Amino acid sequence: MSIISKTQILKANYQRFIDSDIWYSFKKSPITVVSAAVTFLFFFVTIFAPFIAPHDPFDLASIDLMDASLPPAWFLDGETRFLLGTDDQGRDILSTIIYGSRISLFVGFVSVIFSLILGVGLGLISGYVGGRLDAFIMRVADVQLSFPAILIALLIDGLARSLLPRELHDEVALYVLVFAIGISGWVQYARTVRGQTLVEKGKEYVQAARVIGIRQWTILLRHILPNVTGPVLVIATIHLAIAIITEATLSFLGVGVPPTTPSLGTLIRVGNDFLFSGEWWITIFPGIALVLLVLAVNLLGDWLRDALNPKLR
Amino acid sequence: MKLRITAFAAMAAIGLAAAPAKAETFKWAFQGDVQTMDPHGLFETMTLGFQRNIYEGLVIRNEKMEMVGALAESYKNIEPTVWRFNLRKGVKFHDGSDFEADDVAFSVKRLSSEGSDMKVVANLIKATKIIDNHTIDIITAAPNPILPLQLEIFYIMDKQWAEKHKAVEATNVKGGDEGNYANLNANGTGPFKLKSRQSGVKTELEINSNYWGKVKGNIKKAVFTPIAQDATRVAALISGNVDMAYPVPVQDWKRLDDAKGVMPLAGPEARTIFLGFDQLRDELLYSNIKGKNPFKDLRVRQAFIKAIGVEAIKKKVMRGASVPAGLLVAPQINGYSAALNDRPSYDPKAAKKLLADAGYPNGFEVTMDCPNDRYVNDERICQAAASMLAKIGVKVTLLAQTKSKYFGKVLAQNNYDTSFFLLGWTPSTFDSHNPISALMACRGGADKLGAFNLGGYCNPRINELAALIQSETNQTKRQSMIDEAFKIHKDEVGHIPLHQQPLSWGVSEKVKLVQRPDNVLDLRYINKN
Amino acid sequence: MFTFILKRLLQSVVVMLTVALIAFSLFRYVGDPINNMVGQDTSLEERAELRERLGLNDPFFLQFYRFAADASVGEFGFSYQHRRPVKELIAERLPATLELALVSAILALAIGIPMGVYTALRRNGFLSRTFMTISLIGVSLPTFLIGILLILLFGVILRWLPTFGRGDIIEIGWWSTGFLTASGLKSLIMPSITLALFQMTLIMRLVRAEMLEVLRADFVKFARARGLPTRSVHFRHALKNTLVPVITITGLQLGSIIAFAIITESVFQWPGMGLLFIQAIGEVDIPVMAAYLVLIAFFFVVINMVVDILYFVVDPRLRIDKALANGQ
Repeated sequence: MSIISKTQILKANYQRFIDSDIWYSFKKSPITVVSAAVTFLFFFVTIFAPFIAPHDPFDLASIDLMDASLPPAWFLDGETRFLLGTDDQGRDILSTIIYGSRISLFVGFVSVIFSLILGVGLGLISGYVGGRLDAFIMRVADVQLSFPAILIALLIDGLARSLLPRELHDEVALYVLVFAIGISGWVQYARTVRGQTLVEKGKEYVQAARVIGIRQWTILLRHILPNVTGPVLVIATIHLAIAIITEATLSFLGVGVPPTTPSLGTLIRVGNDFLFSGEWWITIFPGIALVLLVLAVNLLGDWLRDALNPKLR
Repeated sequence: MKLRITAFAAMAAIGLAAAPAKAETFKWAFQGDVQTMDPHGLFETMTLGFQRNIYEGLVIRNEKMEMVGALAESYKNIEPTVWRFNLRKGVKFHDGSDFEADDVAFSVKRLSSEGSDMKVVANLIKATKIIDNHTIDIITAAPNPILPLQLEIFYIMDKQWAEKHKAVEATNVKGGDEGNYANLNANGTGPFKLKSRQSGVKTELEINSNYWGKVKGNIKKAVFTPIAQDATRVAALISGNVDMAYPVPVQDWKRLDDAKGVMPLAGPEARTIFLGFDQLRDELLYSNIKGKNPFKDLRVRQAFIKAIGVEAIKKKVMRGASVPAGLLVAPQINGYSAALNDRPSYDPKAAKKLLADAGYPNGFEVTMDCPNDRYVNDERICQAAASMLAKIGVKVTLLAQTKSKYFGKVLAQNNYDTSFFLLGWTPSTFDSHNPISALMACRGGADKLGAFNLGGYCNPRINELAALIQSETNQTKRQSMIDEAFKIHKDEVGHIPLHQQPLSWGVSEKVKLVQRPDNVLDLRYINKN
Repeated sequence: MFTFILKRLLQSVVVMLTVALIAFSLFRYVGDPINNMVGQDTSLEERAELRERLGLNDPFFLQFYRFAADASVGEFGFSYQHRRPVKELIAERLPATLELALVSAILALAIGIPMGVYTALRRNGFLSRTFMTISLIGVSLPTFLIGILLILLFGVILRWLPTFGRGDIIEIGWWSTGFLTASGLKSLIMPSITLALFQMTLIMRLVRAEMLEVLRADFVKFARARGLPTRSVHFRHALKNTLVPVITITGLQLGSIIAFAIITESVFQWPGMGLLFIQAIGEVDIPVMAAYLVLIAFFFVVINMVVDILYFVVDPRLRIDKALANGQ
């Protein structure tokens, strides 16, 4: 009995989704469909990287220096083993892109979730509690907003490295990076959520909830939070792209993941040194991958923003 | 310090349409800046090499790297501990004052002032004695057969000028007014005068028309710009914005060959790149082996040297431009021996067997320290070494950092905090005694040798030899002592020499110049048409 | 009003002290400055002595106190690398960065605003979508790669533009300018485009978002209803109301342009403060790093304060929040 009702609910939900404006506007926009497909592809490929990538570029023993700097397979000197050629160490570019995207996506994703939780949390509290706490949080936000993310990430990275014991550096380098990028991005969420919270707080249903004695936390999480998810989601998609680029830029400035396990950004930075020597494939292919990824996610974010904005329908 | 009001007229040749710069203006770029104009401020090849266009020493190396008299016309070891220098007459400083013996005595004194980084040179000299206006004796504590060689980078400053501008002490990194004038201004006897300087941005030189000697080149003006990014520097050269740029990444040589109007200029540099390992501690700081130090076992060190294919590194990382080495000194260095420069062949199988014999059939883990902005393709060499060692089961975790962090970690002030590292060395004196005492001798002893022996390799015989070599005047005896030291170090695999890195310059085809093995550009020998 | 400003000033001081403290605590871990200040043959004793002389062995808070006390009277010490007073170095480099930032900001505004207006008015047009997509490609590539690719194309292959530096500069008092010479102007083109790209995209999207909001506002509807010509409605009413937040954000972004210049300046060897800073990191030139960060903090604090005061006077609603949320 219960199973049937569950299926029915699912079906009903599915039907509601298919009939919804969101799905309609999604279908109507080919760019969005393509972006979604590309994004999905990236996630799929990176999650199953060990099964898809032809080589494991992070396994040092499998790399042969004598394979270094081979052009893509369709060129005269290319080898079919290495479809997109090899880098200066003999790593397969295609595999490195796959594994590199994995790291980039990991950094992007986790840091976005980190700043999202931090930002939404602080935003809710700031907007709901108000007073001195609000003023304090917003002042901190002001200050941080005025500093570019790169500089903050640079500072945090340095600070984290200084506080952690040296033996741990290599193992935690990636998490430090995630933390640094994450903490540099919370302000956007906090400001948005705070503004939204202020609006919601004044509405009758919240006041009613208060009057009937529902606990503060419940009001915050059950009533106010769902109302702010729309804009937060929009910021998150765009922020994901920004986080990935930030990671790449940090790697250019010498703060990034170790060169033996390169991210997309590190790959581009390394490949940069070979642009003039004619080995363009070392930087161009990862560059294309990065542009595709960031573009797809951004376009998805664009669409989401317009689709969620009731005024634009 | 007041800011000069100058309209810089350099870099006029921009774009094809613009009028070409006057032929005798030479523009060049290096990856870093000359750090100071003070000739006693920093003991560094690049800085001293730049200053030698402005300042001169008693002796100088000519375009064939032969030692000839500069401000000294001749010199002689009149007693075991006394060298007599007959100074050149009629030489004038750029401000017009005469060069005399008291300028030499003053400069010696300035060498040991607080801010001076040339105290190593100052320590060679016990006293000076002015015989007359153009004769001076330099007295050493012990007999020193190679003193003139060691004095090549000791430049003479004008006493009156220094006193007038309150620069009698060397530029002090800590600051204060004392000595600052000489940091941004210069007054030497050399063929070029300092015209303007904006530190970190641009330095302009112009010809000294009153120069005492004959200048073989035809440059009248020279403009130096530091360009840090490799790609930007190469682009500046190819596009004709500079006449010469160095270093050029070795992988870009082909590009320079193909591009019109420019070419790569390569040569062997006197710098040897090598790997080293901690052989002193009883347990490695960064390894999974606890309770013992695998590098104390000769077989492990032999396994490492056999596992690293220098030829593959030469071909793929250095693009054919390095010279594989078996010694820690290059052929240009006094004391080098071709017979000792062979190297165990690349043999991973034998390496694996040696490791197994030593008790590590499955290898072990170790962290490698590596600079990433100091030597030619340093980080890539370390990466290549790591993947080669992976093939014999040694799992290398690579810690590649900027030179500041790297040196801050591995040098003495941080207690040689490394287990396995890459380092490069050019003997500043071009003599083997320097690497023997700095890199190979046991460290921590009363003789204060081995300061850069980061791995703590130790054989007391090398310390004995270092002391003997220092004061031995018979060249044959001296050479056999050097050979003995090299032989011991080699048999015990104290370090793993990799190669001499190439000098990698890019020059415009309009320019003819002399490439010195210490990577110094001498403006005296540049011809541009 | 007066207490408001006083309060903000106080807060600003706290902010700058915090920045200085954080920055300062980092420096001990950037590397060891000594090795960059001496040659390879300098003995260990001399190195230790130099360390002592520089006060690097002193307790952290003593070092910080010294720095803060000096900085409060505008004294930033002595650069290890350049061996000159830091304030002199910064004064020398400031014009280069400000000129670059100014040109970039103008470029970003001059292209960003019209494109934003256009994409808002023709929301579903083909050209609009193309603009939106292309502008995204610009920000999908890391700045350093864009810079290198520009150099490769216009400097090396076509040889139209100089690849590095500021070209000829003319000094007017303590200010040096590249605006007055042909080579100076030519040198500005590539770096300013590289630097402007990101802001351009941001401004375009901001204008578009604001414009879309405003076009649906009641007063615009009334204006339409009154039968005013479309052009007048769009530009006299809608755009005018859009520009207030845009200008504000741009003001704030000017600070970020200056900071982002670090990357552009190092790619183009542009002799500004960013290049000075990045070189200082490489050489562990602590006084320069500290001064740069405090100066940047100062810039931001001032810009923030001015913006806040303007808002206090003109528009008490926190419109800036909304604008930012939409823009990003």
